[in-house]
Amino acid sequence: MLRIACPYCGERDEVEFTFGGTSHVARPSEEVDDATWAEYLFVRDNPVGAHFERWLHAYGCGRWFNVARDTLTHEILKVYLMGDPKPELSRT
Amino acid sequence: MRMLGQALRGHSGWRPAWRDAQPKSGYDVVVIGGGGHGLATAYYLAKNHGIRNVAVLERGWIGGGNSGRNTQVCRSNYFHAASSSFYDHSLRLYEHLGAELNFNIMLSQRGLIQLAHSEHELEITRRWCNAVRMNNVDCEMLTPAQIQRLAAPIELNGRFPVVGGFMQRRAGISRHDAVVWGYARAASALGVDIVQNCEVTGFDIADGRVRGVRTSRGTIAADKVVMSVAGYSSHLAALAGLRLPITTMALQAMVTEPVKPILDVIVISASVHAYASQSDRGEIVMGAGADAYNSYAQRGGLPQQRATICAVLELFPSFSRLRLMRQWAGRVDITPDTSPLMGLTPIEGLFINCGWGTGGYKAIPAGGDTMAHTIATGVPHPLIAPFALDRFKRGALVDEGAAAGVAH
Repeated sequence: MLRIACPYCGERDEVEFTFGGTSHVARPSEEVDDATWAEYLFVRDNPVGAHFERWLHAYGCGRWFNVARDTLTHEILKVYLMGDPKPELSRT
Repeated sequence: MRMLGQALRGHSGWRPAWRDAQPKSGYDVVVIGGGGHGLATAYYLAKNHGIRNVAVLERGWIGGGNSGRNTQVCRSNYFHAASSSFYDHSLRLYEHLGAELNFNIMLSQRGLIQLAHSEHELEITRRWCNAVRMNNVDCEMLTPAQIQRLAAPIELNGRFPVVGGFMQRRAGISRHDAVVWGYARAASALGVDIVQNCEVTGFDIADGRVRGVRTSRGTIAADKVVMSVAGYSSHLAALAGLRLPITTMALQAMVTEPVKPILDVIVISASVHAYASQSDRGEIVMGAGADAYNSYAQRGGLPQQRATICAVLELFPSFSRLRLMRQWAGRVDITPDTSPLMGLTPIEGLFINCGWGTGGYKAIPAGGDTMAHTIATGVPHPLIAPFALDRFKRGALVDEGAAAGVAH
């Protein structure tokens, strides 16, 4: 069971949240070729270790935020707001 | 008689079924990954195409990954024609695999029932059933009374009322270790080298052509290499400079203590997202969907485990008295359309058979057969052409995830 600290409501159980996939994916311009567009739509980093991802506090405040989480240990490394830049982590 | 003799000698006299080979400096084909798919690919290369100078490189031990972590179901009741014809080819190969490998894979075609819990779901289920039949695969609609007769312990009028369903009678379960060992023994007998504890750490690529692989046990030259792994597919592909449309997640399953025979069909519910069957040993085997987030942990989260158990107990209230015996998880590689990545890659001589997500076990014989054809001829087998890596660029997805409403 993950314990996620919502930046608005505080620490709650994982079941209150919805996972929103990889964060910081930038939409390219509409002029790009099919390969670049497919990369944007379908291909994500799939790291072992720190993963920057979006979560929604669906059964709480209903707001989105970012989490840096280790995909091997499930340890939550950092919680930060939507729109914040990708944080530097002291360890990955 | 040999069993009896061995029992008297403390089972100390069994011989290994395959050679634990040392890697040579070069092969015609190198298969990365000693799971069901990799071993089957090597076997069909040797048997159907006469290519016997083949190595299967396995980082751990054969069958130690998802081949030994699945719930052993094989079925071909898929919505899209591309999937149905591929998985039915697999089921047909499974039907004769025990005789072909001379290894009892304990195939039991006990039938699989897919439940519908509302009138709306029943309509979609009927459409799905018709699509399966249009794909020339056996499938029939069932009434609640028929379901009760086939699956006695099911609760028709509980929290998830059962209003109907469909059944594929040819679907079934088999013994996953036997499939791995059967392919390993047969491939080894045809001259394939099975090399365990051998991790691939890089590729030798020159002028867009693969020349070999670097491993923890030295460099191995090969003009044809196939990636047939799960869990770390993205990382293996990255060593060759490829980015795959894969997200790795944890998929869990669990078994209860063994009891006397009570359920001789497989029961699946897509809307409560759980399935159950009874193994030959008597355990109730339960599974469900993958955990919601990226994970390499090879252990499932408690919320998904709880949801699975709750759903199964609502469908089968009498199972509430059983104790859970084991629970485990595998790393599954989910693609955007939940169909696999098979065939050629942009690098000449490098082939891919990855991205099986939550449903690779049922595909083992067909995956091996079609990949062997593809490697031997250099042209994708017609059955796997729709699953090519470049389908995302072309927009030609085979969206089974959307068709079934669940990943599978």
